Amino acid sequence: MTTDTHPEHEAPPMTEATVLATIDGREVDVGSGTTILEAARACGVRIPTLCHHPDLADVGVCRVCVVEVEGQKNLQPSCVFPITQPLEVRTHTPRVAAARRDIVDLLLSEHYGDCRTCARNGSCELQDLAAEYGVDHYRFGQRTEPAFSVDDGGPSIVFDPDKCVLCLRCVRTCAELQDVRALSVTGRGTGVRVATFAGLPLSSEFCINCGQCLNRCPTGALTAMDVTARVRDMLDDPRKHVVIQTAPAPRAALGEEFGLPPGTPVTGQLNTALRELGFDKVFDTTFAADLTIIEEGVELIGRLYRSMVLGEPDVALPMFTSCSPGWVKYLEHAYPSYLPHLSTCKSPQQMFGTLIKTWYAARSGLDPADIVSVALMPCVAKKFEAARPEMTDSGYADVDLVVTARELAKMLRQQGIDLPSEPKSGFDDPFGNATGSGVIFGVTGGVMESALRTVLELVTGEPVENLYEHADITPVRGFDDVRLLELTIPDAGGPVPALVAHLVPDWNWLRGVALRVAVVHGTATARRVIEDIRAGGWFAACHFIEFMACPGGCLGGGGQPIPTSLEIRKARARAIYAEDTAYGEAGHARKSHENPTVARMYAELLTDGPGGETSHRLLHTAYTARGTFVLTDERG
Amino acid sequence: MTIRTPLTLATVTPDAGLRAALERAPHEVIEEVTRSDMRGRGGAGFRTGLKWRLASEAPAPDGRRHVVCNADEGEPGTFKDRALLSVVPDLVFEGMTIGAWAIGATSGVVYLRGEYVYLRKGLEECLADRRAAGLLGSDIMGTPGFDFDIRVQLGSGSYLCGEETALLESLEGRRGEPRNRFPYPVVRGLDRAPTIVNNVETFAWVPAIMARGADWFLGIGTSASKGPKLLSISGDVARPGVYEFPFGVTIREVLTASGGENAHAVVVGGACGVCVPASDFARTISYEEASTGGAVIVLGPDRDLLDVAENFLEFFVDESCGQCTPCRVGNPVLLEGVRALKRGECTPERLGELQRLGRTMQDASKCGLGQTSPSFFLSLVDLFGPEILHRVPA
Repeated sequence: MTTDTHPEHEAPPMTEATVLATIDGREVDVGSGTTILEAARACGVRIPTLCHHPDLADVGVCRVCVVEVEGQKNLQPSCVFPITQPLEVRTHTPRVAAARRDIVDLLLSEHYGDCRTCARNGSCELQDLAAEYGVDHYRFGQRTEPAFSVDDGGPSIVFDPDKCVLCLRCVRTCAELQDVRALSVTGRGTGVRVATFAGLPLSSEFCINCGQCLNRCPTGALTAMDVTARVRDMLDDPRKHVVIQTAPAPRAALGEEFGLPPGTPVTGQLNTALRELGFDKVFDTTFAADLTIIEEGVELIGRLYRSMVLGEPDVALPMFTSCSPGWVKYLEHAYPSYLPHLSTCKSPQQMFGTLIKTWYAARSGLDPADIVSVALMPCVAKKFEAARPEMTDSGYADVDLVVTARELAKMLRQQGIDLPSEPKSGFDDPFGNATGSGVIFGVTGGVMESALRTVLELVTGEPVENLYEHADITPVRGFDDVRLLELTIPDAGGPVPALVAHLVPDWNWLRGVALRVAVVHGTATARRVIEDIRAGGWFAACHFIEFMACPGGCLGGGGQPIPTSLEIRKARARAIYAEDTAYGEAGHARKSHENPTVARMYAELLTDGPGGETSHRLLHTAYTARGTFVLTDERG
Repeated sequence: MTIRTPLTLATVTPDAGLRAALERAPHEVIEEVTRSDMRGRGGAGFRTGLKWRLASEAPAPDGRRHVVCNADEGEPGTFKDRALLSVVPDLVFEGMTIGAWAIGATSGVVYLRGEYVYLRKGLEECLADRRAAGLLGSDIMGTPGFDFDIRVQLGSGSYLCGEETALLESLEGRRGEPRNRFPYPVVRGLDRAPTIVNNVETFAWVPAIMARGADWFLGIGTSASKGPKLLSISGDVARPGVYEFPFGVTIREVLTASGGENAHAVVVGGACGVCVPASDFARTISYEEASTGGAVIVLGPDRDLLDVAENFLEFFVDESCGQCTPCRVGNPVLLEGVRALKRGECTPERLGELQRLGRTMQDASKCGLGQTSPSFFLSLVDLFGPEILHRVPA
């Protein structure tokens, strides 16, 4: 091996200047530093890739995207080659094609697995490359035996290293986007592989089950635990009353599985399709989101009151949201001393699960033992959350089975249902009432916006529209890593609504207070925010912070359709905000506290009010300090 | 390891080169090194003066630049750096200090091959002596503001860490895996600062060039390969060891000097080098004809070239970091091909596929390992294709 390299094409410092690149004869002006891959896409030249992902920094390891660059002796990886001087590139010469074919054949030679039984059959990037490069036989051999065992013991994620192509997208996702680092590279040469710390199953590691890795895996090496067969069995069992709650994020994305462009809502069609699948009732998770807002909003007011008026020294502020099970587990591992900051509210999924097996069962004359409660979620961490031992306040597993958007799409296809062509229908009572606030839980910033709509109205006694046009609290919207909002509570002075009368005597103590809130998504960003709090920075003076484990919030969850990118996530967000707006235009409630079913819940079941003893028993939970070194075999 | 020829480097007056360098402005030092036309002694042959100029011109936002000496001498059949670090460590450190003056570096690191741990004590003592003598530390040789020191860091046995960017990754505490160009280390090297990474021998020649002048160096060698070169000669020879020759020496002359006259072939460049058959022994050791970082492995008439190829490929399969596809998966395929050839079970079609694969690995691998690991095998097929294809298994 030679030990030096040839820096004769040294990149000059980056400038604003543009450079002319000629790619397969097409000329394109690009900013200095643009990669060949970006420039090629800008002028309509398609270069195949494998280890490239738009959400991640490029590493240039798979070598599938190599191209000829004039002046360079060897082929160059287009994903990491910056254009800093005029240059000519050829992307599809015989030399390039031969190299790409060799590389694809090499990848196939170390790949073990049966495409026909693979979860990614039909959506596998390695399969696509094999087809594109005309691979007609295994020139460099084929593995006939598995070399690794499959890690499928956990509730959320299945890891089959035999299907890994070592593109490192999962490792980079886990490190760059999530800062969890549950996955890393170990070994070298033929022994190199993606592995967990000490080779333990993912479920015993500091892994938060967010599933961002499997959303970016090009093959079937990382997939979600599939429970569709169990759901099917339950649907086919005549003794079982099978209900499903659907979260807003998969409803904004499921269309992608059926060829619709990202951002096409399919809520109405899905309701019909779920009944055709055999579900006895189709409920809307957003009802429980509204309930969460009341419980969490009241919890926040209570914490503020105890801190600001009663002067209690140990009130944990800022308060953190607790709807995202990936985020909750992240905090349990990485910052257990901050667990008191987490709202004690269960997530909407789990609140709903408890109510289905208590209030709904009693009201419908059903034995909760016969109810199977299924949740359609954008999330694989929700599978873990449903399996948490404490989530049995109904006396049963509050939620029995969690299916992701991808699993549900699979079930619909198996049933021969073409989702886009289904007629629309509504949700079932008694949980049919939802609000726009519940819907926007599916996007980063949505919980905060919903909470603000409710808290501001409760406190001021005035419509939030007086502060924000159409009640759109736009400062907390968007996809910046962190959004901050400081708003001075206007002359608070409305009467104290009955909902919170047991907590505060009046609102005078909030008069003129500058309420400081923040919205955070992606646990890598979360870590920076917690570190800032620890250092006594801006965030330490916050009152309330929304955290979502996944980039983009639930709509970017690990259970959503593959692929994902910022553009796709933005399109899904547009669909979700459009649904919120539609509630208003149709004259429906857009604020959680206006949800009539929520009011009914407090009248009939949670009679001691939000944060009361009943709601604490059914709707609140506790957390587990886990730490970063997890060496037991316990499901963690 | 025996040093078989007198070493020019042993005759260089200590610290004369450093004194001469400090009497000039840094850019003048770079000009002198550039004028000497010295090319990197590690094997790739990049021009030292140009490398130093690029590093000196690269912006260093926090004012830091680094000098790194690549002493991770891991190429099979190479041991001349070990000789230099044993015999003239002062010259290596002096060369690094001159490099620091030239590019404006404040810190230097010797990345020492893990297996050379026994050299560490001597190197540390030498560094301590230099500090005591004012040749390292602050205001070196009384030059106000010229502060520079050197530390030794041990590798841990990875061949790949001899690749300069993998070396830098290792220095920074990460897996020893090569980085992507661009930018090159001269722009963003150790801790993201402009860094020159040079071979031990390259640094050792610098004081000689500064003390005796570039013209002295230019007077030795060939038109494209200047100066003397140390070679590590091993294999089927009577007198293995470290030799100094001027660039341009023929392979036959090397064999005569080392007692390998009846060689069947010679591997020039180590495991990543090429096979030179007896009919080509008139070729010269030089960047233009038979280039090497120092390794010359002599293969006698009884030596099976396929055994050698198998041995080399086993080594590369073991030492690949596994990061990029062509190297990780390609080397085992080539190895299996060589074994099939040995068994007499390789068809001409398969041999052709292996050749094309080897070229893809050279063309598309991320770093020098995968780009050069097929070299010996490919040269073997070019030279002896029909013979090795019709091998009757033993």
